[in-house]
Amino acid sequence: MPKKKIEPTEIQAVARLARLGLSAEEKEKFGRQLNDVLLYMEKLDELPLENVEPLSHVLPLKNVMREDVPRDGLDREQALSNAPEQQAGLFKVPPVIE
Amino acid sequence: MTELNDLTARETARLVAGGEVSALEVVEVRLERIAAVEPLVGSFLRVDGEGAREMAADIDRKVAAGDDPGILAGVPVALKDNLCVEGREVTCGSKILKGFVSPYDATVVRKLKAAGAVFLGQTNMDEFAMGSSTENSGFQITRNPWELDRVPGGSSGGSAAAVAAGEAPAALGSDTGGSIRQPAAFCGVAGLKPTYGRVSRYGLIAYASSLDQIGPFARDAGDIAVLLEAIAGHDPRDSTSAPLPVPVYRDSLGGEISGMKLGVPRQCFSEGLEAGVEKAFRESLEIFRGLGAEVIEIDLPRIPHSVACYYIISTAEASSNLARFDGVQYGHRAAGAENLIEMYEATRREGFGEEVKRRILLGTYVLSAGYYEAYYGRALKARRLIKDDFDRAFELCECVLMPTSPTTAFEIGSRIDDPLQMYLSDLFTIAVNLAGLPAISITGGFDSRGLPVGIQVIAPPFEEEKIIRTASAFEAGAGFQDRKPVLSVPPAAVPGPS
Repeated sequence: MPKKKIEPTEIQAVARLARLGLSAEEKEKFGRQLNDVLLYMEKLDELPLENVEPLSHVLPLKNVMREDVPRDGLDREQALSNAPEQQAGLFKVPPVIE
Repeated sequence: MTELNDLTARETARLVAGGEVSALEVVEVRLERIAAVEPLVGSFLRVDGEGAREMAADIDRKVAAGDDPGILAGVPVALKDNLCVEGREVTCGSKILKGFVSPYDATVVRKLKAAGAVFLGQTNMDEFAMGSSTENSGFQITRNPWELDRVPGGSSGGSAAAVAAGEAPAALGSDTGGSIRQPAAFCGVAGLKPTYGRVSRYGLIAYASSLDQIGPFARDAGDIAVLLEAIAGHDPRDSTSAPLPVPVYRDSLGGEISGMKLGVPRQCFSEGLEAGVEKAFRESLEIFRGLGAEVIEIDLPRIPHSVACYYIISTAEASSNLARFDGVQYGHRAAGAENLIEMYEATRREGFGEEVKRRILLGTYVLSAGYYEAYYGRALKARRLIKDDFDRAFELCECVLMPTSPTTAFEIGSRIDDPLQMYLSDLFTIAVNLAGLPAISITGGFDSRGLPVGIQVIAPPFEEEKIIRTASAFEAGAGFQDRKPVLSVPPAAVPGPS
């Protein structure tokens, strides 16, 4: 019996973090599938990782800068061109509630 | 007129620039082919015949005026639907972006235009580039032109199929874990993933930012070379693009590989390797030996760990990159939500497909408090080991050779319910993205069903010239790139444009 890695409540918490609405069915299915995948991830435990420097980026590029000079970007009309809802030159969304 | 359908990109460019054939004629022939073949294959999400004709007419005007039409003059190109083209819809194969019209051109799109290319349309893909079969597209499946009940591979399945089916001599795709190379292998065409940073990612809708690269599909290494020249180069808009000059990759064609040391990792002869793939791969090694290269055994001990490492890193990065699809600024927005969070949750529930949701959940989990070090932290360290393994290998050989995928094209529907099985089809491609190396997949042989077997040639960072040289030498020796799938298409009753 595989060790259960993700509890159903955890799937709900993760879905909330990801702002992803899931049905009860989906929570169950994804929970199972994620369990299988996470168990597979345990393969990394085979590796000698103490004292290894993490590699987040393959190129030795650091602090890529440019001159602090304004450049053209999208104008407001272009930026709003795909807005599902807009008003007064702003993106309009449902209210944020506490 | 049918020979125009068989032209390589460079032959097309030569004839168009020389005024021997018009770009319009070339594009008409391809559009005819597309019309005939699309009901069978489904490579394209959207074909823009009118736009293509306009671009072709522009090229013809340039040629007539004696202006330089570019190194890809009149070459019809298909673009994977995650590349932004100004004024055109781009969906990433997802319902969440249906109707989204890009306000800008990706850098590679701008470069292709400047080089004289003509855009045929946007090709099908796994949603947000997540998949290995193009079955995860939110809109349609694409069928493998070699056997229509098989997948073309993914995520750039549409682009690979379009080139294989003769709908375009060239296409662009993107590769994060093998998404150019694996479909190239399954479809019997050439597909190159450049070194990370070789090609600007500006305008490529991101999946995993430390792994993504845009690259070309074509019939052979010669076309890959000219396409790479056109799209490569530093871009101030992509701070991960390398500030390095672009070589004339065409100069590496027809080069000698006699005496070249090619390394084959023993890890590729693993359990999952299909017998037909192993046979074709071993035979390709004989071909390399016959060309004078020395084939040696090397060790890449972390190949078996690369899938686990990749699916932690790529999903983590994807969970961040896909957070922007929330219904606020573009794309789908769920109706009737009473507050913002409800809108986010409903929009993403409605707009994203299953595989995307799965990866977002996985990525969010591995980055969440309490798990970050255990998963993401460990994966980054594993990544270092994988890169180091390649660095060590390249001290012993000039290029690494591997099969592209453990199997040939599998049947549509056969893996879609088993995510882990699907992930394992990227076993031989993934480590290359983790290490940021350039690699091509070319056809190395065929299995007993006649399905193409792809082989990979991997080189050290920014040494694509070695790849072009090695791949073109193999092609000259073996000729597999000349074999095409036979599609039963009824001949057009009335020739001419639709």
